Amino acid sequence: MLYNNNATHIRRELLVKLASLAFEGTLREKIDRVPLEMIPKGQPSVRCCIHHDRAVIKYRLLAMMGFAIEKETDELRPLSSYAEEALTRTAVEDPLLTVIDEACSACVQSHYFVTNACKGCVARPCVLNCPKKAIQMVNGQARIDPSLCVNCGLCQKVCPYHAIVKVPVPCEEACPVGAISKDPQGKEHIDFTTCIYCGKCMSECPFGAIMERSQMLDVIRALQSGNRIVALVAPAIPGQFPGDYPQLVTALKMLGFTDVYEVAQGADETIEREAEELVERIHKGEPFMTTSCCPAYTRCAHIHIPELKPYISTTKSPMLYTAEQVKQQTPESFIVFIGPCVAKKEEALRSGVVDFVLNTEELGALLVAKEIDVPHCEPASILNTPSAAAKSFPIVGKVSQAVWEKVKEQEKGVQVRPLVVDGIDRQNLKILRQAVKTKPDGNLIEVMACQGGCVAGPTTISKPMVAVKKIEDWIRKSTVRMNAPQEETTAVGVRS
Amino acid sequence: MERSNHDRKIHVVICSGTTCYLMGAAELFGIEKALEESLASRISIEGSPCMNLCKGGSYGKAPFVKVNDTLIATATVPKVIEEIRRQAAM
Repeated sequence: MLYNNNATHIRRELLVKLASLAFEGTLREKIDRVPLEMIPKGQPSVRCCIHHDRAVIKYRLLAMMGFAIEKETDELRPLSSYAEEALTRTAVEDPLLTVIDEACSACVQSHYFVTNACKGCVARPCVLNCPKKAIQMVNGQARIDPSLCVNCGLCQKVCPYHAIVKVPVPCEEACPVGAISKDPQGKEHIDFTTCIYCGKCMSECPFGAIMERSQMLDVIRALQSGNRIVALVAPAIPGQFPGDYPQLVTALKMLGFTDVYEVAQGADETIEREAEELVERIHKGEPFMTTSCCPAYTRCAHIHIPELKPYISTTKSPMLYTAEQVKQQTPESFIVFIGPCVAKKEEALRSGVVDFVLNTEELGALLVAKEIDVPHCEPASILNTPSAAAKSFPIVGKVSQAVWEKVKEQEKGVQVRPLVVDGIDRQNLKILRQAVKTKPDGNLIEVMACQGGCVAGPTTISKPMVAVKKIEDWIRKSTVRMNAPQEETTAVGVRS
Repeated sequence: MERSNHDRKIHVVICSGTTCYLMGAAELFGIEKALEESLASRISIEGSPCMNLCKGGSYGKAPFVKVNDTLIATATVPKVIEEIRRQAAM
């Protein structure tokens, strides 16, 4: 989509400020001033007044320091006091999303509305078709009585003038599992027993009211601790920054990471084992198997489609295999997973092997705060880079393709018929439920919560198309001359 | 004979340093799709290495875009399009 989201811009600017103060060691002293610096006197306000704007900035900073807004007990407690707590805590906690009630505009409950385009026609299909008799003509135009309307949408469908619109609540509309809803004051709340951490509400809220509780400060502290800190870089990440992947590796080391691993390394193990598992299941006569690498999908299936559970591959995710490999080689390592996903944070928290998760924007903020420009970094020489199939995991359709090709390579007699569920929404959830009841056409079903795959994850910076191209570039470069010194260091930006 | 201004190419340079990219330059690639064909065919879009405008803040805030010789700070899709249209009409 071609537009700049101002809420995204503000969030990134704040992340950079927070990271700069944390690196400088002046967070406690300076953080209370940040809302004033961001919204100086005399500037036109976005909300009712600059004080409201500043309050929202304060709460954004709270979430960025890892706190849940819902748990605030004293409104007078200054940011500096939270900073103190964040800089001394020893563990991060869930839930990983939080709603800023001050930012939530308490959108009017999703409803249908007759606009002025209504001509008050003679046919009046809206009046005639409304099953609840909720529409009457008032002053020559249709009017819906909200106390009778059940939001079925029939009137909108039948209006010959397209005069009836649906006014949605964007976060509720985006949530595929109905986990976000209004409290009596009209503010949104997330039910974390049913939330699948897909991050769609966060991406869709035009007020930026839903935020991740960031672990960025914990990562900065780890980087400054002198311990061995290992970055596990999701295969989506090479598509997210200017410059190429070997340059990003150098940038990560400049930030203080001791070592950098591609999570695609674990993806190679996932492919291997998932192919074996699929063959075994087909031999047993099972109708199909679904992939298991998308944590929002597996959580979704466990909570919302339990009948699908037996069909989910028990193979672990690339992140877990990579983390286990690192822990085996260097048990003293702290592991930081870097990816575009919210649900991975939840998977990491449960895993016991991954210590922290940094999202794409947060990594960007660390680089900007440290004034590290990726395209200016010397490319690192990368040995033993994973396969092209593993590196393609973040692109929709490529996980099932990789498993399929692996089976073809090893078990020539087994027929694999891949199917792809591209994005979890209400429609696709129905399809998945149906798959359990009726035998689906495919026997290997790939499910990605984000439409397009991880390249379209909730915290991505690049547009998905650009990200795919950059990932393909990295695959080409790494397979053509895996160990040869890099010649092109000027590949900057993207021509579209 | 001088070429008519209406054929003059409009050169858009989007800074693709890490700061600009994070702060919104990534959203600006593909901006020609928001323009009508006659105008889109007159512009060329190119990513540039860090132009060093983000340091110190004297040029404003990232992301930075140059439309021919005009520098735009805190560039957004509407701001860049407005400048392209202004120059096209000259």
